[in-house]
Amino acid sequence: MNRRDLLKVLGAVGGAALAARPARAEEAARAAGADDPVGVLVDTTRCIGCRMCEFGCAHANGQANGLEKASFDEELTPQRQTSDKRWTAVQRHVVDGRTITVKRQCMHCLQPACTSACLTKAMFKTPDGPVTWRAGKCMGCRYCMVACPFDVPKFEFHSAVPRIQKCQLCVTRVAAGEQPACVASCQAQALTFGRRGNLLDEARSRIYTQPGRYVHHIYGEHEAGGTSWLYLSAVPFDRIGFRTDLATTGYPTFAKEFLYAVPQVDILAPLLLLGLARAAAGRNTDADEEGDA
Amino acid sequence: MSAGITAIGAPSLSQEVRRFARFLLSEMRPKGPVLTPFNVITAVIVLASAVILVFRYVFGLGAITNLSQDVPWGLWIGFDVVTGVAFAGGAYVISFLVYILRVEKYHPILRVTVLNGFLAYLFYTGALLLDLGRPWNVVNPIIGNSFGVSSVMFLVAWHFMLYLMALFFEFSPAVAEWLGWRRVRRIVGAMTLAGVIFGITLSILHQSGLGALYLLARDKIHPLWYSEFIPLLFVVSSIFAGLSMVIVEGSITRKVFHHRVGARLRATHDDILFGLARISMAVMFVYLFMHLLVFVHGQRGPYLATGWGAWYLLELVGFTAVPAVLFAYGCQRRRLPAVKVAAVMALVGILLNRLNVSTIAFKWYLDVRYVPTWMEIVVTLGVISAELWVFRWVVNRMPVLDFAMTHGDRPATEPIAARTAA
Repeated sequence: MNRRDLLKVLGAVGGAALAARPARAEEAARAAGADDPVGVLVDTTRCIGCRMCEFGCAHANGQANGLEKASFDEELTPQRQTSDKRWTAVQRHVVDGRTITVKRQCMHCLQPACTSACLTKAMFKTPDGPVTWRAGKCMGCRYCMVACPFDVPKFEFHSAVPRIQKCQLCVTRVAAGEQPACVASCQAQALTFGRRGNLLDEARSRIYTQPGRYVHHIYGEHEAGGTSWLYLSAVPFDRIGFRTDLATTGYPTFAKEFLYAVPQVDILAPLLLLGLARAAAGRNTDADEEGDA
Repeated sequence: MSAGITAIGAPSLSQEVRRFARFLLSEMRPKGPVLTPFNVITAVIVLASAVILVFRYVFGLGAITNLSQDVPWGLWIGFDVVTGVAFAGGAYVISFLVYILRVEKYHPILRVTVLNGFLAYLFYTGALLLDLGRPWNVVNPIIGNSFGVSSVMFLVAWHFMLYLMALFFEFSPAVAEWLGWRRVRRIVGAMTLAGVIFGITLSILHQSGLGALYLLARDKIHPLWYSEFIPLLFVVSSIFAGLSMVIVEGSITRKVFHHRVGARLRATHDDILFGLARISMAVMFVYLFMHLLVFVHGQRGPYLATGWGAWYLLELVGFTAVPAVLFAYGCQRRRLPAVKVAAVMALVGILLNRLNVSTIAFKWYLDVRYVPTWMEIVVTLGVISAELWVFRWVVNRMPVLDFAMTHGDRPATEPIAARTAA
């Protein structure tokens, strides 16, 4: 071991450290994502289950072919989910004899697990809030599906050129100043589009003015660190298909400690190993791979 | 190769190229009978895998796998990648023992372990490409137009790729000796330590990184298997998983390739296995203690009374604590069969652990469980078969199991004819 070897090791370490730059994407997104992203407030007490949001979504996003005539008669079960052909789905729950319909779609988290999981930045949170997907970058590893606490991203398992399918919060329509297609299609005023801060105010004022009508909880205010879609309900949320055991911190937080440890290990481990190797050197002269004996 | 030419002396470049091509061609030929049961069975499996993969690339993953929107990762990730990488951990542990701690006792198994590690990584990375939905975009996280640095997967991908190179580099002296390239051999030999240090660092991080992938799935993995210590548990268990694999592989390799085993390895083989068993045992007790800490700290007691609790105990007591004790017994009484049984059991324990985290206890609350299709299993076996073919080809040609004899020279005469083809 001489100075040249040391330089080689240091060079290798530098390369590793470059490869493992710490993660700040989610912070950046949060800062740029403006403090007040766009969002939608869903008042499930107003929803009549007409599914016009589904049809509006399908037409706006080129999925109308998937809407066979038969799907009009499809039963709205509590298990009904979004799919690779349907970005939003209305579920029907019966709670204590009362029928409650709930529109489900991507929640557009403030700190999305899917974007932090994506190694190509194909999952991408636009500065205004919508979480979108970019075909040219995605390599189809499906880690976003593993990471998402709401199980939103769907994969085209029956395609040779599969895409990840999920609600994009009508990012182009919103950028053009329009409402998302589902909101524009809603006849029952169950959906309200706006800035998240205003929507929270609106949700709170509805709870305060009609305390008997709602449970006093806004789903999405804190769940998964906060989401752009917010829900109001007359019954506890776990009775209408929502997970209420989710963390209230952003999911990227769970991997953060590991990610921060990586560059440190990349730098410290080689130095430690080099020290150990030098300390152990000379004990044994049978050095086979190093130089010719 | 100019280095080789100048070393040899006079012959012209074209002569030298022709000689080199003739040598490569002669090495391509199988050495030994071709129609053995092993060859026939593996050939059928590989052919069947090829047909299945045609369907996979034409009709999509859903055509041949049981993957679903609920279970995006199945056998190909859970076994081929997550379990396979743990099993391949022997390469960095043995490199650490030989090059860093200079424990010469383990030198004779170094090359075969590094070769095993290299091929394992090569083929598991290959298996990963089968699982990727859009494999043509696989270069994106490498070429720099889309660095998802906040992703654990990004780190794992980079550490995987660099480690594959480090392993090849570590094995390259054997290749140089096989080709008779003395100067190349000297250069790569002089840089080995740097490569090894780099490789061990990368191993620690991608072994733990594979566990860290599941940190985001906090609310999907059964609490008995999820903890914020998954990365640490993965890296610690990869030590004894890798060594147990070396024990099992070493025992098989010694029998199958007995004609290639050098005198030194033959003389010390048993001692090496007992030494590895002792290290495995110590690491397994550390691992069990860590699990106990996580269990107590996470207040997981109530889960033990459920079916999942029994499954958890089977993994940690039946296939981790019991083999650890068996290792201790085998070393104490110098019973090699006990050590080998313990190694196999330890491997089953790791298999259970990795499959539990990645598939079995993943979305444990679902009614419909993921079970791989026979086609997923055949493709997995096909990947393993192809790997074994390449391994056999290399062992039968390069100085892997006996490398003290050939210091930079190609042996003038063929060694004893190989018993197995390729």
